[in-house]
Amino acid sequence: MSDPSLLREQRRERMFFLSLAAPAIILVGVAAMVPILWILRQSFLTLAGEATLGNYEKILSSGLTWSSLVVTLELSLSTLALCMVLGIPLALALASASRRVANLALILIMLPLWTSILVRTYGWLVLLRKDGLVNTTLASLGLTDQPLPLVYNFTGALIGMTHYMLPLFVLPVYAAMRDIDGNLVRAAASLGAGFWRCVATIILRLAFSGIASGSMIVFIYTLGFFITPAVLGGGKVNPIAIRIERTLSTFQDWGSASALGMLLLIMVLIAGCMFFAIRRLSGERIRHA
Amino acid sequence: MLDAYHDSRLSRALIWTIASIVLMFLMLPTLIVVPLSFSASDLLEFPPKEWSLRWYETFFASAAWMAALKTSLMLGALTAVIAVPVAFLASIAINRLGFPLAGGVYAFLLTPSVTPGILLAIGLFVVLAKLGLIGSFIGVLAGHVTLAIPVAVVVLLPAVNRFDWQQAQAARSLGAAWSGVIGRIIAPQLSLSLVAAGLMAFLSSLDEAVISIFVANGPNTTLPKLMFISLRDQIDPTIAAISTLWTLFVGVVVLTLNMRTTNA
Amino acid sequence: MSPASLPISITDLRKSYGNYVALDDVTLDIAAGEFLTLLGPSGSGKTTLLMALAGFVRPERGALLVGGRDVTRLPPNKRDIGVVFQNYALFPHMSVWENVEYPLRLRGVPKAQARERAEAALRRMELSGFGARDIAALSGGQRQRVALARAIVFEPRVMLMDEPLSALDKNLREQMQFEIRKLHDDLGVTTIYVTHDQREALTMSDRIAVMNAGRIQHIDAPQEIYRRPKNRFVANFMGEANIFPVATLQGLGAGRLPREDLAMIRAENFELDPASLGDDRVEVTGRLVSKAFRGENWLLNLETVDGHQLMLSMTANRAAACGDFKIGDELRAYASSTHVHVLEEARTQ
Repeated sequence: MSDPSLLREQRRERMFFLSLAAPAIILVGVAAMVPILWILRQSFLTLAGEATLGNYEKILSSGLTWSSLVVTLELSLSTLALCMVLGIPLALALASASRRVANLALILIMLPLWTSILVRTYGWLVLLRKDGLVNTTLASLGLTDQPLPLVYNFTGALIGMTHYMLPLFVLPVYAAMRDIDGNLVRAAASLGAGFWRCVATIILRLAFSGIASGSMIVFIYTLGFFITPAVLGGGKVNPIAIRIERTLSTFQDWGSASALGMLLLIMVLIAGCMFFAIRRLSGERIRHA
Repeated sequence: MLDAYHDSRLSRALIWTIASIVLMFLMLPTLIVVPLSFSASDLLEFPPKEWSLRWYETFFASAAWMAALKTSLMLGALTAVIAVPVAFLASIAINRLGFPLAGGVYAFLLTPSVTPGILLAIGLFVVLAKLGLIGSFIGVLAGHVTLAIPVAVVVLLPAVNRFDWQQAQAARSLGAAWSGVIGRIIAPQLSLSLVAAGLMAFLSSLDEAVISIFVANGPNTTLPKLMFISLRDQIDPTIAAISTLWTLFVGVVVLTLNMRTTNA
Repeated sequence: MSPASLPISITDLRKSYGNYVALDDVTLDIAAGEFLTLLGPSGSGKTTLLMALAGFVRPERGALLVGGRDVTRLPPNKRDIGVVFQNYALFPHMSVWENVEYPLRLRGVPKAQARERAEAALRRMELSGFGARDIAALSGGQRQRVALARAIVFEPRVMLMDEPLSALDKNLREQMQFEIRKLHDDLGVTTIYVTHDQREALTMSDRIAVMNAGRIQHIDAPQEIYRRPKNRFVANFMGEANIFPVATLQGLGAGRLPREDLAMIRAENFELDPASLGDDRVEVTGRLVSKAFRGENWLLNLETVDGHQLMLSMTANRAAACGDFKIGDELRAYASSTHVHVLEEARTQ
């Protein structure tokens, strides 16, 4: 039998704690939720304020929309692929090193995260231009007779985005690999597994949740990327975020921009659900006993 | 972990070679800019033929850059000052509320982090336009604080979770009100995490470009926005100088923070 | 059905970590099919020796020969040795079947055959029908059996076990001791077993190698080690060893013993009634310091005139009078001279 005055006391305490979170909730609500909801609303309105599906019709029938969708997916998938190829060996090397060495390397890896994205993008411009460091080095080594077009195109945007997301990919993969019980690797070796066999059948499988987390972060973040493709793409690479900006800056078309924004949001949500499903399905097998 | 394979020399060498290359790849753009900032010429030649400090002088002499720097620093400081206490209280709330409310609050507070920046930018633009706050300091500040809150929560929540709540109960039994408990018992013990959260919030504001591009205008232009505009137009070596200073600043901050946490 | 197992020869094996010597020029020969236990406290080097045999620890000097073949420089995945780890090291992302089939699939055994052999191994470990289960759903004892099945399924000629039972509760442990020994007998595989539990070592082994500070202190059959330990350390490690100067002993049996040395008499070898002993018995007198009833026996602590402590263990049927003794009573304890073991160590050690 619950004492009503105790229940009241309990509820009062809950209210108190909820109120502690209130400033944060209000701030996020006003400066993030309201804008998003406003975009949602605007996507269904004409400029005059009447309800309509016209915005969606307009963007879905436009070739530019579809081409930007394709570019967005191309960029995100390529970035993810590159991050895996580069990031998994790096995480493996760190996980097999001593903690001291690994921590030092992690600081170096995290450092670019804290320097401005503009700084890094500028650095890539300097490196990748026709007269940049990469091309001049290649030419002086005699490997190329013509400068390679490495920037102001898809390649440049891809390199910049991979560079930005790589630390965020490596962290969860490294954490998952560190958690692997060393005896499991020893057991695999004692049973006869060679190095690569062990990596494939044991290490990568056990680090799967980390790889999935990292992949989710990379894919979802890159869907909405703006700065890097804008600076390094040279105007030729237009994922959906740039499409939205163009729609606004050139055409002042709030309706279309909002509809495109909702499209982006839907992509993010679908991607999120897919990754959660993958995590769920694999998590049922790998229970860390 | 791989001690069982200390004989697979070739394979391990391969892994370490790839790892080193990737590490260099990660550090290259940040490092390459440093020598360039000391180059005397305004062509992006490498290595620089003559050394000079002219780009640093240009930076510090330029009214536009200095104004942007001032704006960014003030924004960063205020973002940290506002976001950290707010996130701290929210973290305590999340810890004490328990499932399911806590999960909901946590997810809600994380939305600015997972939402594409462009959406927040244009949405905020409209809201501020309606309030007549476009180009205002407070408009940009609102955007930065909103982005900083999830960053601070992610730093503070684990620290709050690790806190020994029996101390709070002891204090309450001795007669302390919650405000006293939070202010005198919890906060001092979490001081390191609070400082870390503050630095993260500061850095996230400093680095914030997308929202600033849309919302920060005129006298309230931020440093990243100005850099973005410059980059789109031409390659200005002044940016190399700014980048070097920025990297140095962040490097010092992160290293001190790391040293404090390992010594704590 | 069991393949011929292999003898092992370890010569002058040395391993140090900085200034700390884990293996101090260890030399050891193990016969094919033998069950040898490495027994010692933590830090004695027993696990290091096992890991060196498995290939996870590289010695800086010395040779390891398995069946005459030098494996010292061979990587662990080429040694064909079955290893059972302390925490089982079962692959959590694989089912029981997949765990047990793993070494077979690595060796190119086709799926169907691998499944058959895995089933046979599981059946031997009394786990038929467990194949499809997840590792997380198994109890500690079941996991231990899966680990054993996985280690034997590829028919290794040598088995190494690193304290495999330390995580199990007492009853399960004793049952598994019996089962592991039976497995060894059925398969005839040379087995090296590491433990810090002397009772376990005594129960299971053909020979015990007692280790301390990186060296083998004494290697012999269990009864020999227990009755005639080579030195103080081994004596104390194997059980309650009363070690005191021979000079303290009286009685006819004591006359023939070298007076300068140390004697060891196990607690359970004392009698309070000399009637059952012959003329060549020894005697010790002491004051009763404490007594404790343990259910199946009484423990009595005596202190001799020269201050040496003796512990007597009297089983219930010989201890009828123990309950009446009072602290401070003078008691006479007797032992047959055959139960007096002289330690070949100077008294000052």
